[in-house]
Amino acid sequence: MGNFGQLMDGFAVALTAHHLMIMVMGVLLGLVVGVLPGLGAPNGVSLLLPLTFTMDPISAIILLTSMYWGALFGGSTTSILFNIPGEPSSVATTFDGYPLAKQGQAARALTLAFTSAGIGALTGVLVITLLSGWVANFALRFGAAEYFAVYFMAFASFIGMSGGSPFKTLVSMMLGFAAATVGIDTISGEARLTFEFDELIGGISFLIAVIGLFGLGELLLTMEEGLKFEGVKAKLDIRVIARTVAEVPRYWATLIRSALIGCWMGITPGGPTAASFMSYALGRRFSRRGRFFGKGEPEGIVAPETADHSAGSCALLPMLALGIPGSATAAVMMGGLMIWGLSPGPMLFTSQPDFVWGLIASMYMGNIIAVVLVLATVPLFAFILRAPFTVVGPLITVVCVIGAYTVANHMFDVWLALGFGIVGYVFKKLDYPLAPFVLAMVLGDKAEDSFRQAMLTSDGSPAIFFSNGLVATMMGLGLLLLCLPVISALIKGGRGPKDGTAAAPEGRSA
Amino acid sequence: MPKHALTALALCLGLAAPSVALAEWKPNRPVEFVAAAGPGGGTDTFARVVQSALSKNELLTTPIIVSNKAGGSGAETFIYAKTNKSDPYKLYFGTQDAYVLPLANKLSYSLKDLTPIAAMVFDPFILWVNPKTSGIEDVKGFIAKAKEAPGQLKLGGAKAKEADETLMTLIEYSTGVDLTYIPYKSGSEAAIQVAGGHITANVNNPSESVEQWKAGVQKPLCVFENERLADTTVIADGMSWHDVPTCKEAGIAVDSFAQPRTIWAAADLPPEALAYYTDLFTKAAAAPEFKSYQERGAQIPRLLTGDAFKDFIKKHEASYAEIYKRNGWLRAEQ
Repeated sequence: MGNFGQLMDGFAVALTAHHLMIMVMGVLLGLVVGVLPGLGAPNGVSLLLPLTFTMDPISAIILLTSMYWGALFGGSTTSILFNIPGEPSSVATTFDGYPLAKQGQAARALTLAFTSAGIGALTGVLVITLLSGWVANFALRFGAAEYFAVYFMAFASFIGMSGGSPFKTLVSMMLGFAAATVGIDTISGEARLTFEFDELIGGISFLIAVIGLFGLGELLLTMEEGLKFEGVKAKLDIRVIARTVAEVPRYWATLIRSALIGCWMGITPGGPTAASFMSYALGRRFSRRGRFFGKGEPEGIVAPETADHSAGSCALLPMLALGIPGSATAAVMMGGLMIWGLSPGPMLFTSQPDFVWGLIASMYMGNIIAVVLVLATVPLFAFILRAPFTVVGPLITVVCVIGAYTVANHMFDVWLALGFGIVGYVFKKLDYPLAPFVLAMVLGDKAEDSFRQAMLTSDGSPAIFFSNGLVATMMGLGLLLLCLPVISALIKGGRGPKDGTAAAPEGRSA
Repeated sequence: MPKHALTALALCLGLAAPSVALAEWKPNRPVEFVAAAGPGGGTDTFARVVQSALSKNELLTTPIIVSNKAGGSGAETFIYAKTNKSDPYKLYFGTQDAYVLPLANKLSYSLKDLTPIAAMVFDPFILWVNPKTSGIEDVKGFIAKAKEAPGQLKLGGAKAKEADETLMTLIEYSTGVDLTYIPYKSGSEAAIQVAGGHITANVNNPSESVEQWKAGVQKPLCVFENERLADTTVIADGMSWHDVPTCKEAGIAVDSFAQPRTIWAAADLPPEALAYYTDLFTKAAAAPEFKSYQERGAQIPRLLTGDAFKDFIKKHEASYAEIYKRNGWLRAEQ
């Protein structure tokens, strides 16, 4: 395999003391940036970009990607500790990460997340190494209809797999779609649902919505429950980290399933967000402990984290090979490539092999360094939660408000976040799931764009969604996922109601 | 409080040195470059290249921060400018969008809220196809194909009712064909759709498709300029940018449709700051970093500042307004 020879050359480029130092620095910076909500990975990378102008491109991209890994890990940290996801792709980590941390097992939750994320990322890089030549051609087969099919699969798996009432899931998802339409529409160029507020013309920022829905909403709920925060009881034991790392291989089935979903979604344009949501939904369905999801189940952390990071790594491939960035951070890095004089495209692999394979080699090492470094920070972060709620509560509020303001330096966004906080509280009180809302909000406009583009291409004929093997298979799978609960209920119904409790709506469905 | 103190200080200084101050203005704290596009987009790259040209050559020694306000097709940037009247520490980077966006949409800013500083370079537009999947090799073939099945030929571009779709309507008017426009988020995305054979053609700037051309999945049919591009370096198929015919000579009678890369400040920018920045960006346009950016993008080097830029804006806005009117895209006056 030619790829391995080139990878070894890549290691020769990347494995120098200078580059290792850059990786450590990048990861640490990324961690800081990732932990501060509102700043986030894209902004962090963007702030760092000017520093790289005087570096050679390979050192520069190593610095930026290391920072990216660090920020991804940092984003999971806030998801678990404060229920505030720093990136769209770490929303699914809050579903089980935060409950587990609340039960006093923050260290375990963090370690689970970091270890499985590391495994996911390494799987992703391995896929890149093996399939780099093939992926660029495969990605070219994705037209608007195929894009839509990928998003459809993500939505369908969520409706079909949700634990609670499908009706409530649907309502929540529809509200999310409505929120996603705010702003200027890509297809018509018209402003929609902005009510002539200037601040809404760019659409509602995802960060504002999650800061409100998750961070502030949860805070209101905790206050109502009487200011109890179980984190206090946590005993700080360094050995927990080692024990948890040893525990991870036990979830091998979830790991493999999630890594596969992640790689698929990373190569196709679904991206890390769709991957983590889908992996969580499928985990709930197919794991033996699926019905405990949402209550602090370890597999509920492993599933989204593995998928998120394997998709995140795989998504760099379309960026390099096609110049289509898979995430906001990848977009900033692509901007960097162009300033350094490299043009992402199908020829990059042949014209700049040193750069491409040096980058891929650095991804192996960068992720290993990142996992080791973040595991070392676990005691520090777990310690934060030991403070009484009267300290942590106000701290979270301050972080939320500052985070909401920094997104665009608009006071309007702070009010919007408070509004979303109330919405989040009401949703929880009425037992409506928040996850479908967020999923629809993040992917809704993309799904809408690709649906309408497909319709324009086919002159309005829906047959385009079944026009070739690839898209027909994906749509078929999506429909199957959507109907799976109905089908399995029918089968179960035929055999008589043996397991009545599993069908009943569960208390807290994320 | 400190704000008032600063104002007082500024007043004192102003009284002490009434006349020397002019032309002596220089930034003494970080300058923010706001790009009216998301990261990785054309305007973003433009802003960051200028940033690197300025800081590498030490033309500007205070830190430069690039931020992105891409909301509302970039309108967010210019609305932001309106709230920062006369602030010389914030500059706004865009294209013709600064004055074209308010034509179609009801926005709370207008050209009056901006001070034009410079148009640093122009991006030409090119018509692309995938020769393998479409069977089209030249403009003649393109027109024939479009006439064969009216409305069936799909042409992609970035966003709706902006440069790309405007250009498509110009192609339609001048050749009498009927095309269907499909808007994507960016020009590169449209290029990939053409490369993959999902749509037939697209229009965009050379840099957004050059890599696909090298890979043989896209081919330039013609360039929307009055003269051919200057660069004679061979890129692919034994062709250079100079070998791409102008659309006029190839049979699509559309005048030069280049896109300016523009820099703005908010309204009421102090004249000494305007003088400073005009001089600064004139120097930046000559910096090697900017030159190589121009070459990579096969751009047309043409620097406009001061009155020349103002005249250009007036003409360019009027020509867009005319096309918009013909297309029925002008916003309804309230």
